[in-house]
Amino acid sequence: MTLNTLTIAEARDRLRSRDVTSVELTQACLSAIDGAGALNAFVHHTPDIALERAAAADARLQAGDAPAMCGIPVGIKDLFCTAGVPSQAASNILKGFVPEYESTVSGQLRDAGAVMLGKLNMDEFAMGSSNESSSYGNAVNPWRRGDDATPLTPGGSSGGSAAAVAADLCLGATGTDTGGSIRQPAAFTGTVGIKPTYGRCSRWGVVAFASSLDQAGPMTKTVRDAAIMLGAMAGHDAKDSTSADIAVPDFEAALTGDIRGQTIGIPREYRMDGMPTEIAKLWDDGTAMLKDAGAKIVDISLPHTKYALPAYYVIAPAEASSNLARYDGVRYGHRATLSAGDGITEMYEKTRAEGFGPEVQRRIMVGTYVLSAGFYDAYYNRARRVRALIKRDFDEAFAAGVDCILTPATPSAAFGLGEMADADPVAMYLNDVFTVTVNLAGLPGIALPTGLDTRGLPLGLQLIGKPWGEADLLNTAHVLESAAGFVSKPGKWW
Amino acid sequence: MSTIDIETARRVAKLARIRVPEENLPQLADQLSGILTFMEQLNEVDVEGIEPMTSVTPMRLKRRQDVVTDGNMQAKILSNAPDAREGFFAVPKVVE
Repeated sequence: MTLNTLTIAEARDRLRSRDVTSVELTQACLSAIDGAGALNAFVHHTPDIALERAAAADARLQAGDAPAMCGIPVGIKDLFCTAGVPSQAASNILKGFVPEYESTVSGQLRDAGAVMLGKLNMDEFAMGSSNESSSYGNAVNPWRRGDDATPLTPGGSSGGSAAAVAADLCLGATGTDTGGSIRQPAAFTGTVGIKPTYGRCSRWGVVAFASSLDQAGPMTKTVRDAAIMLGAMAGHDAKDSTSADIAVPDFEAALTGDIRGQTIGIPREYRMDGMPTEIAKLWDDGTAMLKDAGAKIVDISLPHTKYALPAYYVIAPAEASSNLARYDGVRYGHRATLSAGDGITEMYEKTRAEGFGPEVQRRIMVGTYVLSAGFYDAYYNRARRVRALIKRDFDEAFAAGVDCILTPATPSAAFGLGEMADADPVAMYLNDVFTVTVNLAGLPGIALPTGLDTRGLPLGLQLIGKPWGEADLLNTAHVLESAAGFVSKPGKWW
Repeated sequence: MSTIDIETARRVAKLARIRVPEENLPQLADQLSGILTFMEQLNEVDVEGIEPMTSVTPMRLKRRQDVVTDGNMQAKILSNAPDAREGFFAVPKVVE
């Protein structure tokens, strides 16, 4: 058995028993990465940092009392600023940017002894659902439709993270999720991804997309691994005023496997017209599994669900247009070559036209429009009111006794790269239909694989928990994972 | 059905400080129109008496003493600048 295929929990136990070393584990991952160029998952490689940290982790393990993530090789999404290592949010406007500082989340992982293997591909500024807006070119899903060699998307925006975990290039990876960017790629690659409650992980040092929605979270092979890795990523940070000053529970200890007496809500509005029968069956099967495990199943209504996507596509671009105003060619990143006589306005306009890709430009302009004089109330304030109603739907469900909500994670399995190229931008936005409500309401949500479609591609379900209820949410996910018994891996073609 | 005309698309691009070539404005106007039409579903919702959400979790922003907590790192701050001179960020001449 090759070491890179271990789960975090397995690796932790073997590292602690000194059965394997972090250097061995890290070398196994580095050679897997070297052989996986076709996936384009890792876009900045840091083997020297990795081996140095692995050796340090081994010393710490030898001394005893090392934290759970000590010696575990992980990948870091390119959205996280990492000191001395290029961090460009998959955008040409940040080409050459090398941060002088470390994001809080990647710094906490580092301090826990985790080994950074490199930076992972993503959609530009995390705006996309297929990884195709990346300045590095798209990452590729290790999964294929049976013998059909059509390259598939790993999803987005955390597509490189999902592909890397699914292909065993690393044991876990960081992701970020603004509208589904952890959960949709997890579902497309047969991996587990949790977006925690807004405020659970610090956003400091993570390139901002939409500040009221962005959250970091782990992407892993199992629910147990997600619990372990989230524990190392979470916690209060004085440098992020929206990070919550509340204790981080022992998420792994919460995995009791007992959900008897829990109430699981099945929201009727998620049963969309034209839902593929495979997705409907997956959802029904998951419901039955939780029922068999002793949970009580109740039908619930979240009446404003259909307005979540349009509200999101007002609020997220509005916040993005403000956040991305900082890319002006002055303090960091790309600056356009100017013509004689060009002034500062030309510098801004040319720099931003050259540096931002088409989807990012489109969202900045949508955001600019909805925030402009005369439209602020009609679009932006209306969307924020609808957002309040979407959150109220969830509050009422939880107040009525629901502990957790089960939904599909995505409307389909992974689609082919390029298949959406000629589609309307709105068609791509529909990928987020089941996930985006969770960001708008600030809730924790987890996607996990529970089945395969007829062509052999993984399909995932989503569980949504109460605010700060990640421990219970992970436990319910752990029960569903055990019942579904998903063990499939992509056949290696790369 | 919302329609963004070419003039509006040009104005939005200007406000966003993104240079859009004249020949790309019609397509941009079309795409913006499509997205805004999608957003207009929000007009179906009764939002009477609902306050716009400002914070998803009810929390008061933390306060701290207004004191200097960090500094003296000019070289680090300038290290990524496309053009830094004599300890400053350099930009084209601004004449108002």
